[in-house]
Amino acid sequence: MVNRQPVIAIIGAGIAGLEAARQLVALGYKPVLVEKAPAVGGHVAEWNRLFPDMSPAADLLDPLVAQTSGIKTLLNTEISSINRLKDEYNLVLSDGSSLLCQAVLFSTGFHLFDASKKEEYGYGIYDRVITNRDLEQWFNTRHDDRIGHPKAVGFVHCVGSRDVKAGNTQCSKVCCITAIKQAIELTEEFPDAEVYCFYMDLRLFGKKYEDYYIRAQRDYGIHFIRGRVSEVGEAIDGRVVVKAEDTLSGKPVKVTLDLLVLMAGIVCNPDAQYYAREIGVSVDDDGFLKSRDNLGAITESSRPGVFFAGACTGAKTIPETLAEARSAALAIHRYFSNPR
Amino acid sequence: MIYQGKQKIWADYQKEIPNDHWFYVRSCIRQNFFPASERYFLTICRDMLGRDIFETEHHTTCGGIAYHCDTIPQETAMTIVARQFALMTEAGYDNLVTSCITSFGNYTEILETWREFPELEEKIRESLWKACRREFKKPRYVAHASDLMYKLRGEIAERAKFLLVSRATGEPLRIVEHIGCHYAKMFPHKGVGGAEYPCVLSGMVESWGGQVIDYPERRHCCGYGFRQYHVKANRGYSLSNTHKKFESMEPFHPDMIITNCPGCPYFLDRWQYVIAEMNGKTYGQNGYGIPALTYEELAGLVLGVDPWDLGLQVHQVAVEPLLDKIGIPYNPARKYLGMDEKKIMTPGLPTVLKCC
Repeated sequence: MVNRQPVIAIIGAGIAGLEAARQLVALGYKPVLVEKAPAVGGHVAEWNRLFPDMSPAADLLDPLVAQTSGIKTLLNTEISSINRLKDEYNLVLSDGSSLLCQAVLFSTGFHLFDASKKEEYGYGIYDRVITNRDLEQWFNTRHDDRIGHPKAVGFVHCVGSRDVKAGNTQCSKVCCITAIKQAIELTEEFPDAEVYCFYMDLRLFGKKYEDYYIRAQRDYGIHFIRGRVSEVGEAIDGRVVVKAEDTLSGKPVKVTLDLLVLMAGIVCNPDAQYYAREIGVSVDDDGFLKSRDNLGAITESSRPGVFFAGACTGAKTIPETLAEARSAALAIHRYFSNPR
Repeated sequence: MIYQGKQKIWADYQKEIPNDHWFYVRSCIRQNFFPASERYFLTICRDMLGRDIFETEHHTTCGGIAYHCDTIPQETAMTIVARQFALMTEAGYDNLVTSCITSFGNYTEILETWREFPELEEKIRESLWKACRREFKKPRYVAHASDLMYKLRGEIAERAKFLLVSRATGEPLRIVEHIGCHYAKMFPHKGVGGAEYPCVLSGMVESWGGQVIDYPERRHCCGYGFRQYHVKANRGYSLSNTHKKFESMEPFHPDMIITNCPGCPYFLDRWQYVIAEMNGKTYGQNGYGIPALTYEELAGLVLGVDPWDLGLQVHQVAVEPLLDKIGIPYNPARKYLGMDEKKIMTPGLPTVLKCC
């Protein structure tokens, strides 16, 4: 007999948590969303348009938020600690209350790499060095004094990803296509601007990604330079001087830009690592949460009753995140359906 | 420029620098390049600020210059360094301060290598014993002399006779700081302020009233680069590096350059003459060059030491415009007097670069 009464705590109300909650409700459960931010939506709520169709982020998020509005959601709520009991988990919340649950779903998402750690790029030092997140916020708000009307813009790929020195050897997966999306958007906004993308290699694996890359070159004239940026300095007029290597021509490159956008990579949410360790869930070598099996059970942990969805186990695209959230909901359903 | 961003990084890269009791090792080349710098490091630390700095005539090169020129293997450099450590141990010290940036990098690299590969340290101990029957303790702290001067910058400021301020306008002097490549580029955490935005020299400049200029080629090599300059065929590359730096700093109109490496002040100073002869271009005001001083020389000026006692007359670029700007008195007639107050030779004047 299926137990329809268990409490399922979903940690994080980004798109993974919301989609999983929606599916669990459809399966007859009553999940509880715990979100430390004052609103749901996670990173996608901060995004303007989404690759590869340039569809507004709101078109994806608004229906999801509407369809989950009846689900119990604890906003502005952090988890002080998690205790593992015999068959249950006890979440001590920041308001002092406890949430006793029979299953926990980690949908804690990711953190953007702190670009200021790559000191040579000058984020937080030079006024006209910004991150992908800053630029996306500008697309949303049009308020950022650093951006102005740029005539020359650079994008640096792989900032804090695939980088041993930065402590993150993993590919962040979505940065290449995000850089192309943002480069195209900037070119549309400022048609007279020269736009450069400095990349190690382009990983355009997803549906329409390669087409998008070709369009960026053919239709928008965006320059792609294969080589890493070595350092950034500030000219006397406040513009940024970027030194890089063009490994295809075998020559050093130096350009002076009005704006430099750092494509900050994806790292695991440190909160997730903390919660996981509290209840004996493994953290993988890459810093993300460790699935029971990376092929057949990506949404399951090695602990009974603990499940994963989305970027807590590694960088994910939105379709992958949504698919994992649905998969996690089914895994939870199987967990409560089968006698233990 | 977001100054607070730099302060945040500086806070992450602070190193422990003991206040006193140091074993000092000199540079191979500095006494020829800027002969009073090392002497005034000792004079300032010992006589003016009362610190215990010990040196022995028995120490040698650290082998760093040969190691970086690929003429000796690292094991040889390690054994030379082990002997320096033995001298330090025998003298009863455990804080090592080096005059040379490459030595600092060499000592640091060797200690880090031994930390990673302890068996190599054992091998070197054995080699040292076989070679000269010496044993050693590793230093507890290794600092560059500029680290120590950075540590003492506040005490120097308290005793300052002159500040790095224009006497005419009251504005801080605009100063380029140039850090030797081997200071922190290999091990950022071993340098004050890290590798990208070091504050070891900028900290001195700001404490003594000046303003640091951040220009695009700030991190670029001075042009010395052992295998650029020491290989005669590569000297054009050495010069082009220095030229690139001056072209980059020119729009900022610096009053002077402060350096902490044996080679940097030499090349930033002498190549200005060569660039002027080749291109007819000078970078200072009114046909003069931009003075490139060592941090000891600058500290000496701040403390009121006579410029000619500091050896500033051996600079290619005339320092008089800088002295005039600050208001430091000097006697032009003493410029080329030797230690015995007798006239030594007066150099010929360049055709383009204006000198006094």
